[in-house]
Amino acid sequence: MNKVVAEHQGYLMQATNATIQFGGLRAVDSVNMNIEAGTIVALIGPNGAGKTTFFNLLTGIYTPTEGEILFEGRSVSGKKTHVIADWGISRTFQNIRLFKEMTVLENVMVGRHVRTHSGFFGATFRTPSFRREERQIQEDAERWLDFVGLTDHANDLAANLPYGAQRRLEIARALATEPKLVCLDEPAAGMNESESADLDDLILRIRDELNITVFLIEHDMKVVMNLAEYIYVLDFGKLIAEGLPAEIQSNPAVIEAYLGQDMEAAIKAKRQALLESRGEKVATPPATPAPEAAPEEAVMDSDGVVMVMDADIKEKNDAA
Amino acid sequence: MEFFVQLLIDGLTLGGMYALIALGFTLVYGILLMINFAHAEMFMTGGFIGYGVLNLLSNESTIATASDFFAPLSILQSTQPFFTTTALGFILMMLIVFGVAAVLTGLLGMTIERFAYRPLRNSPRLCALISALGMSLFLQNFVLLAVGHRMVFPTPEFLANLNAVPLFGSIRIAPIDLIIFVTCLVLLFTLDRFVSKSKLGKAMRATSQDKDAAGLMGININSVIALTFFIGPALGAVAGTFFGLKYGVVTFNMGLFPGIKAFTAAVLGGIGNLRGAMLGGFLIGVLEALASGYLSIAYRDVITFAILILILIFRPGGLLGESVVEKV
Repeated sequence: MNKVVAEHQGYLMQATNATIQFGGLRAVDSVNMNIEAGTIVALIGPNGAGKTTFFNLLTGIYTPTEGEILFEGRSVSGKKTHVIADWGISRTFQNIRLFKEMTVLENVMVGRHVRTHSGFFGATFRTPSFRREERQIQEDAERWLDFVGLTDHANDLAANLPYGAQRRLEIARALATEPKLVCLDEPAAGMNESESADLDDLILRIRDELNITVFLIEHDMKVVMNLAEYIYVLDFGKLIAEGLPAEIQSNPAVIEAYLGQDMEAAIKAKRQALLESRGEKVATPPATPAPEAAPEEAVMDSDGVVMVMDADIKEKNDAA
Repeated sequence: MEFFVQLLIDGLTLGGMYALIALGFTLVYGILLMINFAHAEMFMTGGFIGYGVLNLLSNESTIATASDFFAPLSILQSTQPFFTTTALGFILMMLIVFGVAAVLTGLLGMTIERFAYRPLRNSPRLCALISALGMSLFLQNFVLLAVGHRMVFPTPEFLANLNAVPLFGSIRIAPIDLIIFVTCLVLLFTLDRFVSKSKLGKAMRATSQDKDAAGLMGININSVIALTFFIGPALGAVAGTFFGLKYGVVTFNMGLFPGIKAFTAAVLGGIGNLRGAMLGGFLIGVLEALASGYLSIAYRDVITFAILILILIFRPGGLLGESVVEKV
């Protein structure tokens, strides 16, 4: 064990050949990834590329079918989610998953669970140490709310917060577990320009003031390019590129993965509109349709699968 | 008027017991979305354990006639006069009786969850339901074979000598009813505080709202579920022991009707909703008492089940439930 730790010194998280297979689909396929402590790293890729699935592997919702993911030299495979949270990985969710019927403050207090110790006995008999701890939990939670700027909403129900505030609350809840690595799943999704600028600032403060490593899935390229110091690109479960932001921006494989089908689809639609406006019979050019239909369907398919997988998580709770 | 108030008092006592049992149903449903049909048997088993302990502490002949195996228990004989005749002794004895019954029944509940429900957690919901029914039959028959079909509760001497407490006019409240009512209120209040304020209570609510998110925030889901299966049966055991004390007898099938009525109470309040279960318990208790007073005692059960049917038709979410899908 010590040898393993020594070998992986310098890397907070290290994925080696990490793979998960659902039936015939390799949703994450032989991914190698290293995250250094104290950095901001982004994971990008088209819809259905397997980014959230990778988060699910890292946080223990899924177990890799092949390969390994090490966190500080310890393998996360087969570990319960709460154990991994205790080790210091925390996350937010693409589709916000707050405890909606609890107040904002209570949501953050739940995050403190893993760092506090009083049990059933203390709670039943309200021992002094229990009360002290409860007070401490509340003060800590208030501090985290202040950090993300939600102090004014402390006693609102989480469900009643505006969307952007819900995203920040998820971040506060994740930070309350005192993670070493915080995984943010599309934190800027659905945010307007100014909200997303505030978010940039918040993420930088997480790294600079709290010294927490940030691992980020994001579609908003402005956010990614502003923040990330290193970028990994997934497509169809495979890592197709990695590097500094500037390198990624000019990487042909990335442009192909991101823009390829969109551009072709756009061109096709434009041509069709042109033909229609001329009153000509709408006919798809003979060469393109078959090969083009396939990848589009594949994208949709794998997107659909990812959606199904997300729903699965809700159903699938660890047995035994 | 006095008749009405007397019925009300009866109803509230009965309702307190229903509320205690209903909480067990609603807690488990809130977290696992499962109706724990074996919960009525927790009430029954708790009654038997409570009876057993009470007998050991207060009944001379129990120990005198016990087999050699129980011989070491004869030291209890010297404490019996203290427990049965003095007020302090009586209170102490009741605390021991309830403590032992609650803890043992709670542990039984955790054991059942571990072996009968947890392996089925990812199976279709019907599987756990059937497993619970099986557990219920098993427990009933186990108690029947191992202990007997009924046991008569001896009223502790101290309690038997207490006079009914006069309230006003000619209205009196029996000491046992007063004890039941006050204890139920204390337990309900404590549980409510525990779930809404304490760290573990928050963990329970978080787990009921989103198990995976709770796990990812560092909450050990399995221990929270185990805790739920401790608290519910422990409260059920208190109700079972009270039931024995009030009616003077515990039987192997005594869980059936109180169980169904407590389930009705949980549904009436909005299953999954703790305060709903408390409210539902008291409502059912009072309605039942009024029905048996003003109509006929034969209509008691009819009223309860009519309520269950009406609630399921017109307000399936219950009184405090916001909608059908909402919980805790």
